[in-house]
Amino acid sequence: MNTSVEELRPEAGIVSKARLGAETALVTPPAVKKLPQKWLAVPVGACIALAIHFFIPKQEPVSPTHYYPLLLFVMLGLGLLGAALYRFFESLRKWMGQMCPILGVATMTAGMWELVTSCLGLFPLPYFPGPEGVFGSMVSDYKLLFDSTWHSLILLVSGYALGVAIALITGVTIGWFGHARYWGMPLLKVVGPIPATAWIPLAMVLSPSTLFSAIGLIALAVWFPVTMLTASGINNTRASYLDVARTLGARQTYLIFRVAIPGALPNIFIGLFMGLGTSFLTLVVAENVGVKSGLGWYVSWAQGWAEYGKVYGALIIMAAFFSTIMTLLFKVRDRVLVWQKGVIKW
Amino acid sequence: MVAVSELAIEASSLRLRSASKYFAAVDGAAVGGLALDKVSLFVAAGELVSIVGPSGCGKSTLLRLIAGLLLPTEGEVLVGDEPITAPNAERGLVFQDPNLFPWLTVRRNIEAGLVARGVLKQERGQVDEFMRLVGLEAFADAFPHHLSGGMAQRVALARAMINHPKVLLLDEPLGALDAFTRMRMQDEVLRLWRAHRTTMLLVTHDIDEAVYMSDRIVIMTPRPGRIEQIIPVKMNRPRDRSSADFLRLRSDILQTMHFAGRSLGGNGA
Repeated sequence: MNTSVEELRPEAGIVSKARLGAETALVTPPAVKKLPQKWLAVPVGACIALAIHFFIPKQEPVSPTHYYPLLLFVMLGLGLLGAALYRFFESLRKWMGQMCPILGVATMTAGMWELVTSCLGLFPLPYFPGPEGVFGSMVSDYKLLFDSTWHSLILLVSGYALGVAIALITGVTIGWFGHARYWGMPLLKVVGPIPATAWIPLAMVLSPSTLFSAIGLIALAVWFPVTMLTASGINNTRASYLDVARTLGARQTYLIFRVAIPGALPNIFIGLFMGLGTSFLTLVVAENVGVKSGLGWYVSWAQGWAEYGKVYGALIIMAAFFSTIMTLLFKVRDRVLVWQKGVIKW
Repeated sequence: MVAVSELAIEASSLRLRSASKYFAAVDGAAVGGLALDKVSLFVAAGELVSIVGPSGCGKSTLLRLIAGLLLPTEGEVLVGDEPITAPNAERGLVFQDPNLFPWLTVRRNIEAGLVARGVLKQERGQVDEFMRLVGLEAFADAFPHHLSGGMAQRVALARAMINHPKVLLLDEPLGALDAFTRMRMQDEVLRLWRAHRTTMLLVTHDIDEAVYMSDRIVIMTPRPGRIEQIIPVKMNRPRDRSSADFLRLRSDILQTMHFAGRSLGGNGA
């Protein structure tokens, strides 16, 4: 219909942003000169680490596995390849602009690590092996590590899914129905804050198998934060949304499933993130106590044999594993909550 | 003023019979006391009536009673012959805040009424019609936070109108818009009103808006809310905002409201 100036706001914003970009480009041309250093951060870091590896004599008697220098050579190769190709691919250029400094420093840190452990022997053995020991034992024990990761994943996913499913039902019920809130809230407030791991003795008595008790504990750990935040999100549904929906002819099911729950989703996701954090903790503890598999078990098992290379290897895998799952949840959140403005980025 | 058949009055006229609304003070959170005092009003089917008055005169309470979101403490609120007991799709409500569901796109917001009544499949064609009617086809897939105030309010109007309500209640729907957008939107509301012959009740702070749009203007006094005077507007539409008649009526109303502030009691209708 009749478009006014105010309705052209998005375009106006783009124009001003573009103009801003043009201005800053005009003011600061030297930025272009700096770039080559950034693109070469990874190869430079890899070269330093390789120099440390090959030219500084070792004190630690490691069986030479060559996996660590191989990794460095791969980094060097990829770094050089990226530096050669970034000009031609826009997405590669963006990614490298973001990641090169961090990856370069990370590679160099590996070199520093080798310097203070294997070369200078500043830390006592066998507690602090060098990178060669860690990567070597990761590769040599890859079957068991893979198996452990797989077991952890299954345990985590089933416990988390179960906990979230129950929590959504209890959370919506407590948030929406006054009676459920009256009876459910005190229970939630008293029982919820107990850490899930404190239930381990009871879980061991009650459950037929350690696997079930571990799943139950993880579910319990997830259940509390998700229920709490779902209930408060539902309870705080804007009254005017409900009024509007009712004057549009909405019945209770519409009000719950199409007004209250979508409105509570930002809250629910906060609960999901908190629950994910507590589920990692519970997973590792549960694997140590009852279940004789998984990454948590692997860490204490390797420690029992004083194989600290394997301990650190498992920790590295755990870090990658947990942060991947966290990233996935953030991706899901960004997809589901596109309608929100200004969501936090992971 | 508007010639209407007996049948039409049955279906979509509104009648308040000495309706009062009393709010209990809840821990000082809400202002307690008598919000509406024995208000009687008849709105004929297809009529456009404005309600003006200072804040706290119970205008919004009146609309919420008619919407069915509140029930009167005393008296009756009737649509046709039926007492209003709960909100339903026959009486649409548009607030000053568009209150669009932020998780739905423009199209899905407009569809909401059809989904809520479970008739989306049969009446999907209407969605496009109403998006065209309010000029928002290009923004079908935009989310509400991308819309300007005027656009959001048009979506809210389309969302309320798609149910073809017999009565449309407008609670300062244009109050948050700038002056120019506001005047354009007044014409759009009039266009919708003419096209659908909906009974409309418009609460507003803006005397010009009331004179420009309505068949009758109800002036209310505050605390407790009473009807001070009902003024018919006998000008042909489209009305000229700068004509002598317009300005005279405008100053009459201002004067009435000014007296209403000072006089004791008032002459309740």
